[in-house]
Amino acid sequence: MFKTLHKYASPMHFHALARRWSTPLLWLSAVLFAAGLAGGLVMAPADYQQGESFRIIYVHVPSAWLSMFAYMVMAGAGAVSLIWRVKLMDALARAAAPLGASFTALALATGSLWGKPMWGTWWVWDARLTSELLLLFLYLGYMALQSAIDDRRAAARAGAVLAVVGVVNIPIIHYSVEWWSTLHQPATITRLGAPAMATSMLIPLLLMALAFQLLFFALLFIRARSELLEFEQRSLWVRELLGQGSPR
Amino acid sequence: MTNELREFFAMGGYGLFVWSSYGLTALLLVGNLVLAVRRERRVIRELSRRLPVGAGHDPA
Amino acid sequence: MTPRRRRMLTIGLLIAGMALATGLILQAFEQNLMYFYSPADIAAGKAPPDRDFRIGGMVVEGSVQRDPQSLAVTFELTDYQHQTTVQYTGILPDLFREGQGIVAHGRLDAAGQFKAREVLAKHDENYMPPEVAASLKKAPPGVRP
Repeated sequence: MFKTLHKYASPMHFHALARRWSTPLLWLSAVLFAAGLAGGLVMAPADYQQGESFRIIYVHVPSAWLSMFAYMVMAGAGAVSLIWRVKLMDALARAAAPLGASFTALALATGSLWGKPMWGTWWVWDARLTSELLLLFLYLGYMALQSAIDDRRAAARAGAVLAVVGVVNIPIIHYSVEWWSTLHQPATITRLGAPAMATSMLIPLLLMALAFQLLFFALLFIRARSELLEFEQRSLWVRELLGQGSPR
Repeated sequence: MTNELREFFAMGGYGLFVWSSYGLTALLLVGNLVLAVRRERRVIRELSRRLPVGAGHDPA
Repeated sequence: MTPRRRRMLTIGLLIAGMALATGLILQAFEQNLMYFYSPADIAAGKAPPDRDFRIGGMVVEGSVQRDPQSLAVTFELTDYQHQTTVQYTGILPDLFREGQGIVAHGRLDAAGQFKAREVLAKHDENYMPPEVAASLKKAPPGVRP
């Protein structure tokens, strides 16, 4: 078990694994998207309060979940890299940042498009929205740091410290709706207790969340491959790989 | 266009908000994929140009 | 202590320190983090008397009075402990209805009525089709608006 783990933590093996899995993940995600969209846009009934506008939930909630999940990947990889000095983790953290930033921006934009018709405003400075905006700035700060520092290892280390420090924002985002009064409502789906949502509406949401999640892993793998090639450009396996002609 | 289709696109009067959300999502997801694939191609192209096979240590 | 253990400890302390500092800051700014006050807060005198603030609560059933000549509307806001009268002139969001949670931005007048400049609707975390909602006999009202 530990041996397998060690094997896949090697850049060469992870690169091969990522090459094998990205395309199947993309296809699986596409199938789930088709099912989730059919369920969410056509089959799910309109909401008793919000009517048809509630269908924005099927893109808003998965992107909001991913915005936090991507950060946990980035910060977790950063912490492992700081402690154990694993190159693969630097590559994963660098790959996760632009993905996390884009899903955070998407969560904010779709939330705004949902807030306008329902709440009556595009934006409010309540604790939930503000902490999610802070998350976007953490991602952008990480990316700026990566492009500002030329030395790849120094950049990865500085970024990892930023990511680890910023991780305190994640529980704040999650619990903001419970700790303080906010315009944003509390969570519909919680770990404990039944979800506050009819089953016909819930199933498409779970399908969409899974589709987003698999797409995230596919994108993470593709991006991590580029990072690994750059990190390891002087090693033999990269030379051999490139010598064999460009892998698609 | 049939009535049912028109109703579907109207989304009970919230069509503008619902469809711009889904449009933005599609744009961002596809864009993410295109950017990731293009970045990998660029990295491979540049590294193959910079690092001819069999060359010695090449300070990047 | 190995270097690895030392790094682990450093990172652990870093996160713990950040969490502690953030916790203290959030504690200190508790009042500013609250997006709105409740009618009970106002009854207890917690709301600022001469400054704009937000009030949140449920619109009392049967309390909405619309002026037929203008967009002026008056309604009662409750948190099931206290009530505040809210006056507002303008367009209300789609979700505004009796029994619905709202957040209003404005200030208290001398008579203790809330003059709102802006009214936002707040919805809950429950999603269901209309038939289910209708068959769910008046669920016990939650305290949270």
